[in-house]
Amino acid sequence: MDEQLRGRLIKFGDNVNTDVIIHARYLITIDPDELAKHVFEVLGEEYPARLKAHQFIVAGENFGCGSAREQAASAIRGAGIQAVIAKSFARVFFRNAINEGLPVLECRELPDRVQDGDALTVNLAAGTITHAGQTYAVPALPDSVRAILDAGGLLPFLRRQLADGGVPARDDPRVPRRLGAV
Amino acid sequence: MPMSFAQKVLARASGAAAVAPGQIVDAYPDLVMSHTATWRCIRQFDRVGVDRVWDPERLAFVLDHTALARTAVEANNQSLVRAFAAKHGIRTFYDINEGIAHIVLMERGHVLPGQLVIGTDSHSTIYGALGALGTGVGFSEITAVWVTGKLWMKVPDSARLTLTGRLAPGVYAKDLMLKLVGDLGANGCTYYSLEFDGPLAAAMSISERMTVANLAMEMGVKNAVVRPDEKTAAYLRERGVEAFAPVWADADAAYAWTRTIDASTLSPMVACPHEVENVHPIEEVAGTKVQQVFVGSCANAKLDDLVEVAAVLRGRRVHPSVRLVVTPASKQVLLDAMRGDVLSALVEAGAVITNPGCGACAGDGGALGDGEVCLSTANRNFLGRMGSPRSSIYLGSPALAAATAITGALTDPREFVSERSAVNDQSSASRELTANG
Repeated sequence: MDEQLRGRLIKFGDNVNTDVIIHARYLITIDPDELAKHVFEVLGEEYPARLKAHQFIVAGENFGCGSAREQAASAIRGAGIQAVIAKSFARVFFRNAINEGLPVLECRELPDRVQDGDALTVNLAAGTITHAGQTYAVPALPDSVRAILDAGGLLPFLRRQLADGGVPARDDPRVPRRLGAV
Repeated sequence: MPMSFAQKVLARASGAAAVAPGQIVDAYPDLVMSHTATWRCIRQFDRVGVDRVWDPERLAFVLDHTALARTAVEANNQSLVRAFAAKHGIRTFYDINEGIAHIVLMERGHVLPGQLVIGTDSHSTIYGALGALGTGVGFSEITAVWVTGKLWMKVPDSARLTLTGRLAPGVYAKDLMLKLVGDLGANGCTYYSLEFDGPLAAAMSISERMTVANLAMEMGVKNAVVRPDEKTAAYLRERGVEAFAPVWADADAAYAWTRTIDASTLSPMVACPHEVENVHPIEEVAGTKVQQVFVGSCANAKLDDLVEVAAVLRGRRVHPSVRLVVTPASKQVLLDAMRGDVLSALVEAGAVITNPGCGACAGDGGALGDGEVCLSTANRNFLGRMGSPRSSIYLGSPALAAATAITGALTDPREFVSERSAVNDQSSASRELTANG
């Protein structure tokens, strides 16, 4: 993952939901390139191309609200977006983005200060965003979450975990017993 | 340390004596659900390169979002799921003839109070109706749990809603939840564990509690739970489950906020296009013409919901310019509806009955054309969800749906309903009901 990401932003408002990001009819694929052809298309035919032409999404509150569909994150990543910055994220989208290796940054101040097409610099390692000479700090991710993102997503992280030493078996004393029907 | 419901469940599921809000734990879910998305989990599983599932007993597959395969691609995806289930010994596997995953798994006794349940569906919050902690995740997350048995979870803050009062005739749990989503907003409870208690919650049937825990998702909750009680126990006993231990918050647990709601003055509500939080009383939108009415989804297509619809429609006809689509939540709901005259009342009135499953809510049939308007009993009305980007979806209760189907426009159900129907959770013949009008 590059330390410094640079590019232009496309701006969205509050409550951008998963149905708008990628319609259910496209969940037949998990290919980010295929999905990117239809990202945000309910807003207009020109949107997939607009997403491809920008490097960052900047949005308001509750970005990614709605469904647990992971393809909402992979469609955005497939369109070439390098990071999503929002005032706040819906929780399942946040997880899905991390798992798909798409950096998600919470920043309450920036979205009100930017316009469509503005230039941004994002430093993931330092946790900063720079816009029009102003630098904003982003709250650090918990270590366990950061590790998944740094590995490039959940599957690469999982493969590394397995290579490093496997997982405790279900009858290992460290593993809680299942709460099931008797 | 006094703990909330979520703290207790996540402590047990991570093998800790106690956990605090904000803490990150490695939690081992007791039940790992994947629906039609299971084929995506399998593709990811193949890419990881292990040959065994960590604990097949915890996995549940239910084919619901697209039940009947519409294309060869979908049929191949379903074949993949069946083959995987057979190879890895996934016993809890419900094929296309069973219905919506959430409803089926609860009906069949797979969900217990105090369990940690994850699923490839945001409305996994619904398992809170039985006192479980249910939350939605993406398909890669499910795959990782298939392999390791665990996932990281941040212990949420909790909020408490105490429900009091009585729902007036023509007013339902759906209206209570729509009002709540409208008041608190789509972001109103993001990341919270939302606990429901109080005399009205206790008076609710398990089916009504399902509606409550389901719609809570539209406020961004991590999970929602209704206090388990004797009704929970009776529901489970009926399904052959005798041994379980209800979990509830300690009296002195810490909450982000607590609120008491009196439902006595509540009136029918409608979520208007194109967001669930865009809620208005029926009076403000009555008369809006519709072309389709959809009675379905994990929010409201259980037996009591169909009984309400039939009570309004019995002896009447669907408006000539309306398509009424009824999709029972499960095979059991369909069977029960067949036993009284619920199903025949719907068909004779002019409804289209489809196979149990997610149906039109998830874009499987019943699409809307340009400029069309649908009144749906589901939980989402996002732009374009049911078809054309130039269509509109309103959300309401099953009784409001039935009244709307008759008049061809958004209609207050109280024009047709003067008594609350006797709702219960038993899989017995439908009750005789009287309706005004």
